[in-house]
Amino acid sequence: MAPEPPLLTMSGITKSFPGVRALDGVDLQVQAGEVHCLLGQNGAGKSTLIKVLAGAHQPDDGEITWRGERTVLKSPIAAMRLGIATIYQELDLVEGLSVAENVHLGHEPTAAGFVVKGREAKASTVALLKRLGHAEIDPGTLVGDLSAAHQQIVSMARALSHEVRLIVMDEPSAALDPDEVDNLFRIVGDLTADGVAVVYISHRLEEIRRIGDRVTVLKDGRAVAGGLPAKETPTRDVVALMTGRNVEYVFPDRPVEPPVTEPVLKVRGLAREGEFEPLDLELRPGEIVGLAGLVGSGRSEILETIYGARKSTAGQVVVDGQTLKPGSVRAAVRAGLGLAPEERKAQALLMLESVTNNVSVSSMSRFSRGGWLDRGAERKAAQTATRELSLRPDNPTAPVRTLSGGNQQKAVLARWLLRGCRVLLLDEPTRGVDIGARAELYSVIRRLADEGLAVLLVSSEVPEVLGLADRVLVLREGRVVHTAPARDLDEHRVLDLVLEGSPAS
Amino acid sequence: MTQPASPPRPAASKSRPADGPSPLRSVAARVDVRTLSLLGVLAALILIGGITQPDSFLDTDNVQLILTQASVIGVVTVGMTFVIISGGIDLSVGAIVALASVWATTVATQEYGFAGILFTAVIVGMACGLVNGVLIAYGRMVPFIATLAMLASGRGLALQITDGKTQMVTVDGVLKLGERDSYILGIPPLVLVFAAVTVIGWLLLNRTTFGRRSVAVGGNAEAARLAGIDVRRQRLYLYLLSGLCCGIAAFLLIVLSGSGQNTNGNLYELDAIAAAIIGGTLLSGGRGTITGSVLGVLIFMTIQNIFALNNLETATQQIAKGAIIVAAVLVQRRTASTT
Repeated sequence: MAPEPPLLTMSGITKSFPGVRALDGVDLQVQAGEVHCLLGQNGAGKSTLIKVLAGAHQPDDGEITWRGERTVLKSPIAAMRLGIATIYQELDLVEGLSVAENVHLGHEPTAAGFVVKGREAKASTVALLKRLGHAEIDPGTLVGDLSAAHQQIVSMARALSHEVRLIVMDEPSAALDPDEVDNLFRIVGDLTADGVAVVYISHRLEEIRRIGDRVTVLKDGRAVAGGLPAKETPTRDVVALMTGRNVEYVFPDRPVEPPVTEPVLKVRGLAREGEFEPLDLELRPGEIVGLAGLVGSGRSEILETIYGARKSTAGQVVVDGQTLKPGSVRAAVRAGLGLAPEERKAQALLMLESVTNNVSVSSMSRFSRGGWLDRGAERKAAQTATRELSLRPDNPTAPVRTLSGGNQQKAVLARWLLRGCRVLLLDEPTRGVDIGARAELYSVIRRLADEGLAVLLVSSEVPEVLGLADRVLVLREGRVVHTAPARDLDEHRVLDLVLEGSPAS
Repeated sequence: MTQPASPPRPAASKSRPADGPSPLRSVAARVDVRTLSLLGVLAALILIGGITQPDSFLDTDNVQLILTQASVIGVVTVGMTFVIISGGIDLSVGAIVALASVWATTVATQEYGFAGILFTAVIVGMACGLVNGVLIAYGRMVPFIATLAMLASGRGLALQITDGKTQMVTVDGVLKLGERDSYILGIPPLVLVFAAVTVIGWLLLNRTTFGRRSVAVGGNAEAARLAGIDVRRQRLYLYLLSGLCCGIAAFLLIVLSGSGQNTNGNLYELDAIAAAIIGGTLLSGGRGTITGSVLGVLIFMTIQNIFALNNLETATQQIAKGAIIVAAVLVQRRTASTT
């Protein structure tokens, strides 16, 4: 690297929260003009580290040196003044304000100290958006009306509206489609060419290969490797550093004989106008069927429509010969459907409640007589279900918010196991789940299928669909473009199908 | 946001060994810090009352008075607590109490005697709750707006019925219920009703599917819906329950005052919400206890009593109430972030 002193040096950063040491003596060194990638599983300490860097958390111990001088980042404003900007994963924009107002929020150009110079703010916003390659975004639009990708651009414009030397990006590509990711990378390239340093956080190793210069790997609050060359370090080594083992994905074996029973779920011509076209699908007990497709291909919409959470505009869902009332979750649940939704915290879990209450919520009538709960029986049955899925910790009264992502997902699965559901609809079941815990979740899902459940799986990770499902439906723009046994497909083929013929945009 | 910002917690930080809960431990777990601190405040108030007015404060008559006054607002607060736990709000409770109390004391109703008054109060309360519930659950109105409308029209209707006049109760059975002769073991019947409502409310919240569903709807309505709970019906029942409590409270007020007035229950909504909040109920829903709310009511009533005995102005008393709400919320946030 260049002989000049590093732009930023963090050394021995330690930060504890009640009951956990989130960071334990972490070192990080960033040079001007480089893309420094931060890798690590959930809970490895990445978020805490960037919050320290953003001035949002104060470290308990350790030193921060900025451009050769020791500094204390005592508030987000202090960090911003030095030229450190952070783009968080959950965008921190105000939806009811316009693009220009968001970009200048907190440092509006003013006359007499309080009158906002709207025209000036607009003009500088236009310039920033142009620099980011998105001149088409109108600075007067309300941010709430923009797509996720455009919101991210606004967030970036906001970061650049300050004199910035270092930008932290927390999983910026998570919500983006491939061509939008390309634009993001072009922006990152422009920034570094201007000498701005980028600290880039991502789970996707291939992205890090494409744009990263160096990699720092965090594990359990420690930096297990600092400043590895991003392009040359073998994947195997990086994964080994992150997980402490040498496997990335381990999928359970498929049953030798495909099931030959009658289908339990029949979907006939199911459609929702503007979201997905008529779909036919049959699902047998013991079978895992995967839906592969990009964000916006209608995957989640299909699951939610089958489940009745959205009302279909055509077609029917038949479970065991019985046609479900469209748009009725209760009918679907009664017929034996269960959904593990994509947004676990927002759509499935009662975060303030115990594991037991979360697991039993769909089967309460089984433990009650005249509305009176038999809490002993309830806890026992819930625990049987959670134990079968080896949910940790094995404590039925633990608040569900204290569980890890993988165990929270198990709590959702246990809910449907307890209910005795026959068809399980899984929407991104491993989102927010550690790589290490994924393998276990995969084997749980396979075991449930082996025990006679029919599983419909949606995932944006193609290897996951291919590794776990028996049969795969490839979706593009709300239409099934290909159906094949998973073993006849590979990742490239699926990606081709997913992208093929999509209109250039 | 249903949760205050808090640092990430590790999955393993609080794993307790999962042996069967001993009865002692489960009692200890139930009487949490929050309840203890509320009990502490109440004890401190009793101490203050005892010191400043040693003769009058701890007098049996005075204690009976505090509890009797607490009964009316207490019953309303139990219903309000359910509504708030479910993520809603009921601004119309005071108006419903007023409307139920005047409807139950019209000349026509009083002809049917004790049963007529009781029945009318309860039915009017439930009918108002039903309207609230239908508007909110099926009309998809925001609870704040729907119950605000009920507040306005309920008070208006009460005024129309009475024409602003106080309607005296002439039914002996009702009047007698407020007299010393009907005290059971020294306890006024009104207080017994309050106690019964509290116990039933506690059981309903903690031991039934109804209570569990209320918490689920308040904690995460979307998750509750996707788990197969009929969220709308649950909401309807909750406002019906609040209306029922208002009807009961209206009857208690009739007994207590021997009359029905359109100005009854003035600002009950604020007192009930405040009591629930200082009792630890989250205004955003998903968490709350009957015990806390009832302690909140008792604290307010005790303060009111102490101020009255010490001849302090109502103005001072209201300022103190406000300060207590703020203090309670601050203390709770503190305890929430350290546990």
